[in-house]
Amino acid sequence: MGKNKDDVIKKKFDDNVVGPWKEMWFRLRKNKLAVTGLVVLILLILMAIFADYVAPFSYREQDLLNRFATPNATNWFGTDNFGRDIFSRVVYGARVSLRVGLISVGIALFVGGTIGAVAGYKGGWADTLFMRFMDIMLAIPSMLLAIAIVSSLGGGLTNVMIAVGIGSIPQYARIVRASVISLKDQQFVEAARAVGSKNSTIIFKHLLPNTLAPVIVQSTLGVASAILAAAALGFLGLGLEPPRPEWGAMLNDGRHYLRDYPHMTTFPGLAIMITILSLNLLGDGLRDALDPKLKD
Amino acid sequence: MIPVLVAVTFIIFSLLHFSSADPARIILGEQASGEQIEQLQEEMGLNDPFIEQYLRYASSVFLEGDLGRSYLTNRPVNEEISFRYPNTIKLAVSGILVAVFIGIPLGVISATKQNTVVDNSSMFFALIGVSMPVFWKGILFILLFSLTLGWLPSAGYTTWQHMVLPAITLGWGSAAIIARMTRSSMLEVYRQDYIRTARAKGVREFFVVNKHALRNALIPVITVIGLQFGFLLGGAVLTETIFTIPGIGTLIVQGIRTRDMMIVQGGVLLIAMTFIAINLVVDIIYGFLDPKIREQFK
Repeated sequence: MGKNKDDVIKKKFDDNVVGPWKEMWFRLRKNKLAVTGLVVLILLILMAIFADYVAPFSYREQDLLNRFATPNATNWFGTDNFGRDIFSRVVYGARVSLRVGLISVGIALFVGGTIGAVAGYKGGWADTLFMRFMDIMLAIPSMLLAIAIVSSLGGGLTNVMIAVGIGSIPQYARIVRASVISLKDQQFVEAARAVGSKNSTIIFKHLLPNTLAPVIVQSTLGVASAILAAAALGFLGLGLEPPRPEWGAMLNDGRHYLRDYPHMTTFPGLAIMITILSLNLLGDGLRDALDPKLKD
Repeated sequence: MIPVLVAVTFIIFSLLHFSSADPARIILGEQASGEQIEQLQEEMGLNDPFIEQYLRYASSVFLEGDLGRSYLTNRPVNEEISFRYPNTIKLAVSGILVAVFIGIPLGVISATKQNTVVDNSSMFFALIGVSMPVFWKGILFILLFSLTLGWLPSAGYTTWQHMVLPAITLGWGSAAIIARMTRSSMLEVYRQDYIRTARAKGVREFFVVNKHALRNALIPVITVIGLQFGFLLGGAVLTETIFTIPGIGTLIVQGIRTRDMMIVQGGVLLIAMTFIAINLVVDIIYGFLDPKIREQFK
């Protein structure tokens, strides 16, 4: 029965009845690992949104008589050196990490995408100028660039997002530029030019929507990298101001009590790993779904 | 390469120049009067236009190889960096060796045993390696191999035993990326006609894999290895912090905490320069490996 249904859908692809996004979704949902990644990610997003209801305690509520408690029925992940509930802090930490991941990728995508689109579409000096600048940015390891930016701007959520976002701009510029170059001589762009469309209309209305496929894959993997980078900054003490919970900073706090209370590092570490793993599984699945040749 | 270096210096100088840290205040301390601070600012040329300050810094870096003096200790940054730099390079090189010696065989085995248990477990190992943050890996290794089993030391960097855990911590993530790249590159090469021809001629599978397929599959992998080296130089900051290694990374972090921007600037610049030099070496190796590229320059 299932096989017949697949055949029907495949026939629809061949007859061009199904659009490319539906085709992608069809391929994606057949990839069990990618679907698992998507489900975990949705759960994490829901957990972050409804943190106030999911977390049994406030992230700042201290219970000094109950410091370093190991996992138990009340404190599922135990408590930290201030007696704060680690489970609640991990839940609230998801809010910070996902926000940093999404917004910094948004910054990188907006700036990098615009630079890549203009460089690819205009060519000539604009292309040389913008892309050489991107090459120069790539010459500095992104983690170090982020560290330099945060040390200049200072810590805090907004600055971390800016630092991580700026470090990722060149990747998006390159991807969008490559897609725009491959598209700009196609008939639909020529047609738009022939009817007198402005350059900005051609770029934003006709070209950019057609570059979405590789950008979506890169963004999914990019959110994972951004969360890792933000956690690394937090670990180095360059992230959020305490007591706001951030997974990297929680790991750094727990490091000092590693010998006796390893639970303080285990759960924030697991939270980072599960989030990154789900984003990587989804990103890989999306890449395979958008370009099935890669999987075969 | 020179214009890139000049531009990188400019970016890093600008970033740290506009930070809120006032070098005169750092040198004289919180007790200093406004007058004293103003006088020192004047002496250090901090009131000069930005471009003039940059040109002065760039000329001392490029013409004299002088990275300035630490605001806190007044010791030359070159001196602070010189004994730490070898540790960072040792760490990054040992990390990349771990990555290459684990990543390439893993990728080859995965490709030759495509869609089997071996392939799936190798790729799962790779995926875990990519998904675990460097600092958590380091913490878990310390917990297991140093604190629980007592096999390896958790801090310092003097003997080879000190190098094992940091190298694996740093190299695992890159090993994973290299393994994934090698696998996909090998699978692509396997589809080529000359592989089929080699098999049809009766060449043993070992030689098909290692002589015919791997050599061609390695070309894109070399690029990834070069990029990973840059990633490892960045990751070294974290690894050095976890294992208390006296390297450039710990120096940068210490510089940020004490607002000693001259140290931060020197450290970041040196790592960026190393990364640029490595990319150049990778480009040269690429030319040696790929006859098509070599032909372009004949």
